[in-house]
Formats: sequence, C-alpha cells, structure tokens
Amino acid sequence: MPGKLKVKIVAGRHLPVMDRASDLTDAFVEVKFGNTTFKTDVYLKSLNPQWNSEWFKFEVDDEDLQDEPLQITVLDHDTYSANDAIGKVYIDIDPLLYSEAATVISGWFPIYDTIHGIRGEINVVVKVDLFNDLNRFRQSSCGVKFFCTTSIPKCYRAVVIHGFVEELVVNEDPEYQWIDRIRTPRASNEARQRLISLMSGELQRKIGLKVLEMRGNAVVGYLQCFDLEGESGLVVRAIGTACTLDKLSSPATFLPACNSPSKEMKESPLVHPPSHGCRSTHNSPIHTATGSRLTQSFSVSVPTLIYTGMGSGSAGKEGGPFKALLRQQTQSALEQREFPFLTLTAFPPGLLVHVGGVVSARSVKLLDRIHNPDEPETRDAWWAEIRQEIKSHAKALGCHAVVGYSESTSICEEVCILSASGTAAVLSPRFLQEGTVDGSLEQRVEENLPVGCGFCHIPYDELNMPFPAHLTHCYNCRKQKVPDVLFTTIDLPTDAVVIGKGCLIQARLCRLKKKAQAEANATAISNLLPFMEYEVHTQLMNKLKLKGMNALFGLRIQITVGENMLMGLASATGVYLAALPMPGGIQIAGKTPSDGSYEQHISHMQKKINDTIAKNKELYEINPPEVSEEIIGSPIPEPRQRSRLLRSQSESSDEVTELDLSHGKKDAFVLEIDDTDAMEDVHSLLTDVPPPSGFYSCNTEIMPGINNWTSEIQMFTSVRVVRLSSLNLTNQALNKNFNGLCENLLKSLYFKLRSMTPCCLCHVNFTVSLPEDELIQVTVTAVAITFDKNQALQTTKAHAEKSLQRASTDNEELLQFPLELCSDSVPSHAFPAAKEHPESASSNSGTPAAQRATSVDYSSFADRCSSWIELIKLKAQTIRRGSIKTTVTVEKASPMGDGNFRNRSAPPCAGSTVGVVKMTPLSFIPGAKITKYLGIINMFFIRETTSLREEGGVSGFLHTFIAEVFAMVRAHVAALGGNAVVSYIMKQCVFMENPSKNQAQCLINVSGDAVVFVRESDLEVMSTQQPAVNCQPTCTGEVTT
Amino acid sequence: MTSELDIFVGNTTLIDEDVYRLWLDGYSVNDAVALRVRSGILEQTGATAGVLQSDTMDHYRTFHMLERLLHAPPKLLHQLIFQIPPSRQALLIERYYTFDEAFVREVLGKKLSKGTKKDLDDISTKTGITLKSCRRQFDNFKRVFKVVEEMRGSLVDNIQQHFLLSDRLARDYAAIVFFANNRFETGKKKLQYLSFGDFAFCAELMIQNWTLGAVDSQMDDMDVDLDKEFLQDLKELKVLVADKDLLDLHKSLVCTALRGKLSVFSEMETNFKNLSRGLVNVAAKLTHNKDVRDLFVDLVEKFVEPCRSDHWPLSDVRLFLNQYSVSVHSLDGFRHQTLWDRYMGTLRGCLLRLYHD
Repeated sequence: MPGKLKVKIVAGRHLPVMDRASDLTDAFVEVKFGNTTFKTDVYLKSLNPQWNSEWFKFEVDDEDLQDEPLQITVLDHDTYSANDAIGKVYIDIDPLLYSEAATVISGWFPIYDTIHGIRGEINVVVKVDLFNDLNRFRQSSCGVKFFCTTSIPKCYRAVVIHGFVEELVVNEDPEYQWIDRIRTPRASNEARQRLISLMSGELQRKIGLKVLEMRGNAVVGYLQCFDLEGESGLVVRAIGTACTLDKLSSPATFLPACNSPSKEMKESPLVHPPSHGCRSTHNSPIHTATGSRLTQSFSVSVPTLIYTGMGSGSAGKEGGPFKALLRQQTQSALEQREFPFLTLTAFPPGLLVHVGGVVSARSVKLLDRIHNPDEPETRDAWWAEIRQEIKSHAKALGCHAVVGYSESTSICEEVCILSASGTAAVLSPRFLQEGTVDGSLEQRVEENLPVGCGFCHIPYDELNMPFPAHLTHCYNCRKQKVPDVLFTTIDLPTDAVVIGKGCLIQARLCRLKKKAQAEANATAISNLLPFMEYEVHTQLMNKLKLKGMNALFGLRIQITVGENMLMGLASATGVYLAALPMPGGIQIAGKTPSDGSYEQHISHMQKKINDTIAKNKELYEINPPEVSEEIIGSPIPEPRQRSRLLRSQSESSDEVTELDLSHGKKDAFVLEIDDTDAMEDVHSLLTDVPPPSGFYSCNTEIMPGINNWTSEIQMFTSVRVVRLSSLNLTNQALNKNFNGLCENLLKSLYFKLRSMTPCCLCHVNFTVSLPEDELIQVTVTAVAITFDKNQALQTTKAHAEKSLQRASTDNEELLQFPLELCSDSVPSHAFPAAKEHPESASSNSGTPAAQRATSVDYSSFADRCSSWIELIKLKAQTIRRGSIKTTVTVEKASPMGDGNFRNRSAPPCAGSTVGVVKMTPLSFIPGAKITKYLGIINMFFIRETTSLREEGGVSGFLHTFIAEVFAMVRAHVAALGGNAVVSYIMKQCVFMENPSKNQAQCLINVSGDAVVFVRESDLEVMSTQQPAVNCQPTCTGEVTT
Repeated sequence: MTSELDIFVGNTTLIDEDVYRLWLDGYSVNDAVALRVRSGILEQTGATAGVLQSDTMDHYRTFHMLERLLHAPPKLLHQLIFQIPPSRQALLIERYYTFDEAFVREVLGKKLSKGTKKDLDDISTKTGITLKSCRRQFDNFKRVFKVVEEMRGSLVDNIQQHFLLSDRLARDYAAIVFFANNRFETGKKKLQYLSFGDFAFCAELMIQNWTLGAVDSQMDDMDVDLDKEFLQDLKELKVLVADKDLLDLHKSLVCTALRGKLSVFSEMETNFKNLSRGLVNVAAKLTHNKDVRDLFVDLVEKFVEPCRSDHWPLSDVRLFLNQYSVSVHSLDGFRHQTLWDRYMGTLRGCLLRLYHD
C-alpha cells in the first residue's frame, strides 16, 4: 500500500443549464480512481456550485498510481430519471510521483464531454502521499522522470546517457468502426479515452522500469504514439533515451555536463555493468521471431536508402591511435546495447563526434488481429527488424550509433508502413558509461576535434567507402575530409559554424497507386517506395542547391499511404556549413539541341535558375569566403586519386562534362530535360516562393543566423483538408495540387502572422494524412518567434571576430571543465582554428578542390535489393556534376553570433499577465529561463458530433476542438503550477467526417513538458556574477567544446 | 481541388482589428474580402485572394465562437478556451458593444421588444447599416437592459460591472436603458435635430436628480425608474402659473434682473408668461406616463421652438433660465422651493443642451 491519493472537489463554474425549467443545474461530482468511487453532495440549483468537499482518500499501489488516471465526472442530479453526465476531467497524477516536480495539482479544469466539448470548469485539488517502499520486485517505476524534450533538459546535467528504451502495448480498440456503433457514441468515446490513458500509463511505467534496470533516472526525448489499427487493434508504443540526470543546483548554471566526473572513478572502458540485462523483454534474437511472423502475416521489407553527404576516411592518418582507441571504446560501450540509438536531437557538448548521414528504413506490413494483447510479439518483432536494419545501415556508414532517431507509422485499412529514421553518428564515450574515460585520453581526443566542424568530418574509411562519394578537405580546419553535402535528422549543433541564415526546405510528392487488396496492395506499395524515396531525395537536393546551401538538418521524411495514392513529404532546414564546400549550381541540358526555340527556352530557364540561386544567396546572406585550391588540394593529392579509382564505375558518366562551358565555373548539377516530366520538375523547383520579407522559417529548434529573439511567441496549429476534384488524376496534377496546398498553407501562415514581423517560424512540423479516397489532410504546428532586426544587423556585421574573442574568454568561466583537463586546451586550439578561417581565406585565391568531374550520385544507396537500384541509377545519370571554379567574393563570415549577449538585452516582457500559459514546440522559451520541469503532459481526446452543420461545419467543429485541446493542456499545466509547455507536439490529429449524416469525429493526441520559466529580465538581478550563462539553444554562438 | 476544411488555431487567439470591424459591421465573408482587397492589403503583403479569403473565414469563425462569450463579458475573462491578452479582451468587448449613432437614434426610447426587432429591416434600409449589425446592436441594448433593469445601485456601475465597458460607453448604455425604460419619445420629426449625445446628457441629469436613487442612495436604489412621488409632487408647482399674482411677481423679478442684459429682452418680456406656463405645465403633467414619454416633445414645443423662432442666442437662454429658476426663491408665497430646484435644476441643464439648431 505505498501511496495515498487525496482529492478535494472545491467548486464549479460556468456549468451548462441542465434543467430547462429552472435554467439551472443540480450538480454533483463523482471521483473515481481504479475501482473506488466517491461522490460529493448535490449542490442544488446553481451554475456555479460550491461543493467544498472533504478530502477523498484512495489507498493504492504505486503501480496503479502510474497506470490509472484520476477520473472526475460532473453530473446533474435528477430525482426521477437517470442522472445526466455533464462531462469529465481526466487527471494524470504521474507528475506527483517524483520529487522535484509538482507537489500538488490544483486549479480549474475544463469539464470535457466528447459530444459537447467543454462545458464549464471545475476546481480540484489533488495530492499524493508516497510511502517509501523498497520492494525489489516492484512493478512500478515511480521516480523516473520523463521529458519530451529531445535534448538534455535545461536545468539538468547529463551524467550518463544509457541509451535507447522502447516498449509497446497493444489492446483491442473499443471502437474500431465508429459509424456502426453499438453503444452510445459518448460511452464508446469515453471507453476509448480511458483505455488509451491507461495504456499510456502502463507504457510509461514499463519504460520507467527499464530505465531503472539500466540505473538511469530519466527518459529524455520520450515519444509516445498510437497506431489506430482499426479492427486489428490499438497499439501504443514509445521510444526514448534513458539517462542519468543531475539537477543543477543553481538555475543559472546551465551548461550540461562538461566536466567528466572522472578521475576518481576507476577507468575501465570495457566494463559496463549497468547495461547488462536491461533489455529483458527483448533478449530473444530477432531472427527467430521473423519466422513466426511470416506465418501470421504478410510483410514486405523495403530496401532503404541511406542519405548522406558523401563520406571520407574518418580520421585519415592524422587522427591516429587516439581516435582508434576512442572508437573502440565507444563502440564497446554501445555494443552492449541492442540498439545504439538516441532519440536526442541536440547533445551535450563533446558527445557528438562525427555525423555520417541519414539512415532510414521502411517496411510494409499487413495488419491482422492481435490475438493476445499480453504478448505483443508481432509488433515488437516488426520494430526490432526495422531497428536492426537501421543499425546495419549505420554500420555501413562507419558509425556505431544513431542519433535523432524516430519511428512512425502510416496505416490505411490493413496496410501499415513502418518507418524509422535517424542520423548515423560517432559518439564520444564520455557520457555513455558510468565513470568516464581516462582524462588524458579524452583530452587528446578533444585536441583532434576542431571546433565547429568536427561533426562534419566523415566517420568511415576513405579507402573503403560504402558508396561513391565526393570528398574535399574540411573548409574549416583543412585537416580532414568532409562530404560535399550533409543530411541529418538532428538539430544544428550549437557550435557549428554556419554562414548566413537557414531556411525551410520541403520536398513534396504524390504517387498514384491502384486500389488493391492485401498482399497485392502491400507489394504495390513496397514497389513504389524506393522511387518515392529517390525522388524526395532528388527534390531535396535540387532545392538545397537552389538555395545555395550545403547541409540539411532536422530532416523528416513522411510517407503516407492512402487507398489510391502514396504521399511523401520531407521537411528539413537548409544551412550553409562553413566546413563544407560551396555547392555548385544547377545546370539544365536539353535532349534535343537541334531545335532553336527549344534551346532558347532552355537557356531562359537556366537563367531563371541562376537568378534564383543568386537571389537566394543574397536573401539568406550566404557569403562564404573564397577558399583557395592550394590549401585544400595540395597537401594530400594522393587520396583524391585513389578515391577516383575506387569510383571507376561512376566515372563512366563523365562524358557529359562538356555541358557546363557556358555556365561560368560553378560546380553544377546537370538536370537533363528529356521529357515533359522533367520540365515540370524544373518548373516546380522554381515555383517555391521565398517567404515574404521579415519572415524566416525552419523546422529545427533554432534558426541559424538569428539569435536575438524577443520574448513574443505564438504557437499555432493549422489544418487543411482538400478534396481532389477529379478521379482520373495524373501524378503530375497530383503533385501540383499537393505542392499548391503546402505552399498556400505557408502563405496563409505568413499572412496571418504578418503583425509579428520580423519573425521566424521555428519547428515547422507538417503532417500529411489521407483520411479518405480523395481527401488530403495537412496539419502544421509551429511557433512564430519575433526577433530584433537592428540587433540582427549588428551581429552579422561586426561580430565575426569579436564574438570569437569574447567567446573564448567567456568560455573559460563558463565551461565547468576540471582545470586539469581542458581549461587550457579548449580555447587554445579551438578558436585559433576558427579565427584564422576568414584570414586565410582572404589571403588566398585559386580554384577549389572540386575540379574533378565526378560522379553523379549525390545520393548513395547502401542496399541489397538491386532490381530497383539499377533503375534509379539509370535515372540518376541525368544528374551530373560539372567542374568549377568559385568566384565568390570574400566577406567576413562566421555568424557565430553570441546569442547569449543578445538574448539578455531582450526587452522585458510587457504586461506579465497572470494565468497565461505559453506553449511551444521548442525546448526553450526565448528571453526566459526554465527553472523547473513539472512533468510530462500526454493527453488524448476524442470529440464527436452529430450536428456538424450546427457547429459550423467541419471547420467550425475542428477549430473548436483544437482550441479546446489547447485550453485543456493549459489548464493542466497551470494546475501543476507551471506557466509553459515546451517541446509541445501534436502527435496525432485524426479527422473523419460523414457530412451526409451530419457527423464528424476527431482524435487528437498531444504531449509536451510542463515547466516553470522565469523571464530573464527578472533573473538578471539574481545572476550578476554569471554574466553570459545562457541555457538556451538560441545562442548559436555558445561555443563549447 | 476544393478546400473542405481550413483552420488556424493559435495558442494566443489572433484578433485582426480590421476584420473584427467588418464582422461587427455585419458584412458577409465575401463582402469583407472584397472590402479588404479594396483596402490594398494584397499589394502591401503580396498575398493572394485565396489567402485573404481563408484568413477572413478564419477570423469570422473565431469571432462567431467568441460571440457567445461576448454576451456575458465576465465570461470572456474567465473562460479557458481562448487565451487572449487583457488589452485585447477589452478591445473585443468595447467594440462589440459600441453602437452606431444613426442606429441608436432610431430605437432610443422605444420598447426593446420583439415588435421593435421586426422594424429593424426598415431601420437597416433607412440608415444603411446592415441588418446583421442592427440586430447585434439591438440585442446588445436589450441584453444590457434585461440585466440591469431590476438591479439596485448605480446604473452606470451596474453596467460596468456586468459588461466591463469603458466609463464612456457604460454611461451611454445607462442612457439607453433609462430611455427604453421610460419610453421617452425621441423619434418625432421635431426631435430629429437632436443627437444621441443630447439625449444621453439629459438622461444622465435625470438619473442623477429625478430617480429614486437620487434621493436615497441607501434604500431601494433604483436608477432606472423616475421617482413617482416626486412626479406627483410636481403638481404643486402649478401654482406658479395658476396664481396670477405669483406669475406677475415672478415675471417682474426676472425682468428687473435681466433688463439691459439680454439682446432679446423685449421678446422675453412678451413671451415670459407663455414660456413659464409651458415649463410649469410640463412639470404638472408628468404624473401621467403618456406625458412622461412626451417630455422631450413638450420641451421642444413649449420652450425651444418659441425661443428659436425669436432667435434667442444661447447665452440669453442661459441667463434667462438661471434668473427664471433663481427668482422663484424670492416669491414669498411659494412653499415648494426644494421641489422647484430639483425640477428646474435638471430641466435647465436639459434645455440648454437641447437648445441648438
């Protein structure tokens, strides 16, 4: 009996009129937890009842405390007939179960009814007394903290990052066909809400147990999703990263975990007791599971792409033995784990060593009924299989870990596409095991890691590349090899040296598919997938080039399956990394040069493309310094030749190099226009209009190049559903429609938020679904943040050098390195390296390295299935790289803006209004410091109507519902004592309508972290002696190691 | 490709003031879009007509959802569904309850009943205000009226408390409620030259002096109804014109005092008895509801029009009315000085306000 839950019902207000005769209500409340129910007295004839109940006490197991939600039902008393329900409130009491979070839940909660929406509010107080009980066989995991945030939370320090945790639970869906319902809609909706609430509680508890087994105390980057599999059931699954976190004593000291707790810890990299046995539910090898899976369901594993920029030999020779040792160590640390994945997208300084590229895997499955909910083996096996594939992709890239990892599904009828993606990476062992590595080793490793470009250096062996690639020397440190383009799913590392600003880049694609049943359908889908992946990748690459940028961050590719089509939507944030070579232009080549007017048309388009690139460079302030050929080329000509040899196969495509003559000396892709399709593609490239002036957008947490955020933020969700007009659509028309839909949506957002300019849309998150045959639904959630234009100018102009100096001096006081380790080495090696960059750049001139007319494939396919890869290669041959000379003028680069300084000068928030709860998909709040995490918010709502027209049609219905969801999230946060939700995400928004029956239904699942934040202006008084400390990832310039 | 559903929901509810105004003015979405296009917003922002249409629809939907709350403004403050900064809340409420001068002149003093509501069509045609907007304004009047009608305490305070209006607007509503309750006739052709402001001014004076609340602020503090007892007592003033000696004495007192000070002295002298009879008879008649309703008609007929036809300047009217009221104190045979002051004090203010072209 380790817990006592206490609930008090205080009052209600704004209740609906339940008795038409008196225009009043006789309300009372039922409080239910588990199987115990208490009731308040009936408060007669009032819309604002004051119950002031006694404390209702529930004595329960902590296991139940974790699983069960507290259920509060408000009813209208009726003497003669059954009492009418007014509505319910579900309260997740999990935040009360661990120290540091909330101690009491108290406040006004909206009373929610699945048919009528919010009907008044109720004031409730909830407390929990936990008895300490050190039962070794306990099933609960009270005390494990959960965070949705995909970085180390602001007021914590990571001691150890244990690794990947996952779990899934399955059940029958209480209502798998909502239209043919048997019981009342209200009853089935409530059963469903309750079940999902229970399941997510259970899931969280189970994950918590795994974390405890790993000796962790927290889950970071916790992502929980529902798969509504219809008749075959309901799956709730979650992934996260287990960590051991330490609360930082002062809210002002925010840099996480730079000091290794080392020294006194006996260093022995090969002993990792914590990781043993932690994967209890998954210790059976996957392959045995595969057999059984095949007997019960049809499954197609789709060959997947590995997107990368090209690679190069990791350390080359210079890296030397230390690197090898480091690798060995990390590897061994990670290999203890079945899946060396992290769901984090931002990392404590020093953790991320190299990034290989994006790895993704998809698999098409046929759903069938889950026979035994207690043994969700099939679904487990499916995911295990995909994860295995991801792992092997990462290995192929010379990486032992995957970061920024996420999983998703798309379900249509009985077909389900499972997708997983992440970024292959090499991690430093520093956080991966308890008792860190030997200090001296670490120090030396660090010396080999140049600041701001280290993560770009390729992790795999140059001589043994997994795919043909095009490498150059790092433009930042000149020592190691970098790919020419880098794709990742993570956020831009805070120390990355970026030139100019970033921008949102999207690839959009539709593919028609014949309607089919079961296996035929699954096969058709899996045949289409590789082509979609390829085209999405091509689009991304072209658009990136068009923007004059060379790297993508936060890449998220969503493939959605519908009855008669597949949709692909990829979003990412493009940036220009100073370490990577300058991207070439795009060249167009016609197939039939004989025709004069055609030629003219081609050259006209070419001009348009060139103009666009030039315009974009100006728009995003991309002025990379000119880099000399000598510096990059001369020191090691040898590997270059060798790599050429290795790529002999792709060499064959060199014959088209003569194409580039007319077009200056740019390293260019050649788009060959051989049919109308290609023409359309080029056109569609040019139809993407840049955001209006004053607007920037990105899908990452921070916008590179902007760091002077002001405190005004506006989080929003926008939903659009369009009906495709005709039944015999072509792929082209479909693409055009889809493109138009997304572009228009963005335009609408810019228009609506025009009063906030200058501002940036951050964390723009598009979700596509195909609810019915001809319906496309696009949901966007993002946050608009204003910034100070004047300060922005200042930053970009004068700060290149100053910031570096300042940073290096600040650094010493900021980073809490043990002196013997780093205080000398870090600044001394790091900043000179970066600083000399502009200087050397301006002093030299010449041709850059990329003079070789190299291979075609910027994409690389590490895959086994060869039937389709041949096709792709055929197509890929139309895209070639020509030779170049850069002729860009030099300008001081390095907007390593010191956000911290900017930030602090943000104007004090005007009118700190009481009761306002901010919501943001970001992990921080501009101009403020998060002082406390109160717990995770994870809510699931169903809303249904049988009077759609009366509620303002589908738009009115959904508008109200989303507003209500926001309101309920805010109310819960406020009741926990918080004033903001960070890392907010709307994970699901399933909308179904049946206008002929005047009905609609919608399911929404949201989550986030409830926090308390304090305005920086208020903090300033307190932290005078901590001048530049800033927890926010806003500061791109926060130079750590 | 047609848009089935198109929504935007912000954590902070976005309010576009221009669209709000168009919505309040009762324009349909299409009309509002057309008006916005004409304002040149497309050129300023580079948006397309489609974007504008979607934006307008969205705002209209938001306003529609907010309307229910605006009917009881304190609800808007306490509700949890829309997060709106306080300054914006105030703006929403204030604008919602703001009315058109042309409209209020049409319904001022009318019974706020279904019958009147049926006439809104005509009012809309006559004033050029959309029917929708007329309905909103009419419903606002009626709603405020219903809430404060039976309430004790200061009328303005009650309105402010229950509708969170600015002081200015609350006063205007107090006048509207007061007029509606007493059904003062304001629509006669003779009264067309008067603005709402004129009536509101008079209403305020009357509320301050002639209602129950004016005499006893503790007990039975009703600002809406005229003090019936006071109206009964006003009969006593009749003696001022009925008693010939008293009337002559009054006249001579006024004339002596004003000789040489008025540009229209002779006109005043000839008209004195008529004017005085007019003013006193108005008072004496106020016992009948019917005559209460015609108060303003009578004042204009009996006083404003005669003076105007003799081209009295306003300053002369002021001098005359002052002297006319004050002189009564010197009438030895007259015992109702306080009653007279309560009546004439207010009436003097009203008449001065009503006296213009």
